[in-house]
Amino acid sequence: MNQSPKTITGSVAQLINELGKLPGIGPKSAQRLAYHLLRASEAEAGQLAEAITRIKTSTSLCRVCFNIADGDKCPVCSSPTRDETLICVVEQPQDILALEHVGVFKGVYHVLHGAISPSEGQGTASLRIQELLERLKPGTVTEVIIATNPTTEGETTAMYLHRVISPMGIRITRLARGLPFGTELEYADDVTLCRALEGRQDF
Amino acid sequence: MSNPREYQTEAVIIRKTRLGEADRIITLYSPTLGKIQAVAKAVRKPKSKLSGHLELLTHSEVTLARGRNLDTVIGSQTINTFLPLRKNLEATSAGLYLAELVSLFTAEADRIDNRRLFNLFVSTLEQLSLNTGCELCLRYFEIQLLSHAGYRPQLKVCAGCRKPLQPVTNTFSPGAGGVLCAGCALHQALPYSISVNGLKVMRLFQDCDINTAVRLKMTGELNQELEKLIRSYCQFILEREVRSAAWLDSLRLCP
Repeated sequence: MNQSPKTITGSVAQLINELGKLPGIGPKSAQRLAYHLLRASEAEAGQLAEAITRIKTSTSLCRVCFNIADGDKCPVCSSPTRDETLICVVEQPQDILALEHVGVFKGVYHVLHGAISPSEGQGTASLRIQELLERLKPGTVTEVIIATNPTTEGETTAMYLHRVISPMGIRITRLARGLPFGTELEYADDVTLCRALEGRQDF
Repeated sequence: MSNPREYQTEAVIIRKTRLGEADRIITLYSPTLGKIQAVAKAVRKPKSKLSGHLELLTHSEVTLARGRNLDTVIGSQTINTFLPLRKNLEATSAGLYLAELVSLFTAEADRIDNRRLFNLFVSTLEQLSLNTGCELCLRYFEIQLLSHAGYRPQLKVCAGCRKPLQPVTNTFSPGAGGVLCAGCALHQALPYSISVNGLKVMRLFQDCDINTAVRLKMTGELNQELEKLIRSYCQFILEREVRSAAWLDSLRLCP
């Protein structure tokens, strides 16, 4: 980020600088946010500061599924109503939010924290794949749903997971890939159309 | 005359990074314009009409609008998605390795017409889709890429004294840019021994087409020998490691 002009006092410049480090925030947005906070009440700014401090001090990763948790376990893993024989593997904690919003899935999750991306130097070591295999070892899990993104990296991760899990004899499924709701067929790409045809169902 | 505001080119998508809420920066390799970076707006949203046509390793006809800083993708139509390649872990990984090599060996915005390199890239991806041996495709691609990028290794005569090479185990030196005879190899740092068969395969791959290359029968040992020395040569030229190579290695150890 560009250095803030000399006319800005040190503390404001520091705030602009810090805000500018956030993803998607450019120099101008950082400036606008900083001046908004400057005008906001002390209580409002305090709440923001406290929320930021709290996410670093009171949250950790769930020891079972590696989702973001306030304590030892995340709300999904500590719920007695969830079916622990069904594990849905996702790339990011945000993916759980999307799936939970639908409210159809009653199993539990496993967060990998990324996908295999060879050219970015992201292999399997930095992903929570070993932990997933450990979770599957006791043999209580009956199905693993691979819900990585339908991108080249997500597909690579899915294929790798299939390879390492299949010797365990557990049923492995992949989220269906096809046409999103509300789109038009003529704009669909070949891969999507091909998979939509392959995965067609009786009406 | 000023450049038109929009232009169209065929290209293969070789890299993508996230940008902002739902955008991506896409790196394309075009036969006429070389390596280009462009912004693809809202492609991370599920209803994006472009996203499927701008996935990694897709051969597409792309329409771009000139921007002050980066150009913007405004249209894309798939030519080939290399579908079978996407269903095979080894082939996808090999494809991603090729894409990284193309990205590293080309400079951005050089606007250099390098259709030979582009054709090599596309034909190797096609071969990988046909499920022929990945390793042969990779070695052929690496040797041909070095030639098209201007780093063709000297394999016919000694790179030091220019005398014809004897049919014995010689030395490959990344620093000298080719094979050295026993006398010249004495003073070289980082030498790699190259067997008679290794040298024959490399010479063949420099001059043959890909269909001939994939019909070759190569032992695992010979493949390892060539892989090791070509990788060290690439690393010497690029002054960095090719990251995808580590993934290819770890995949081989996978059961």
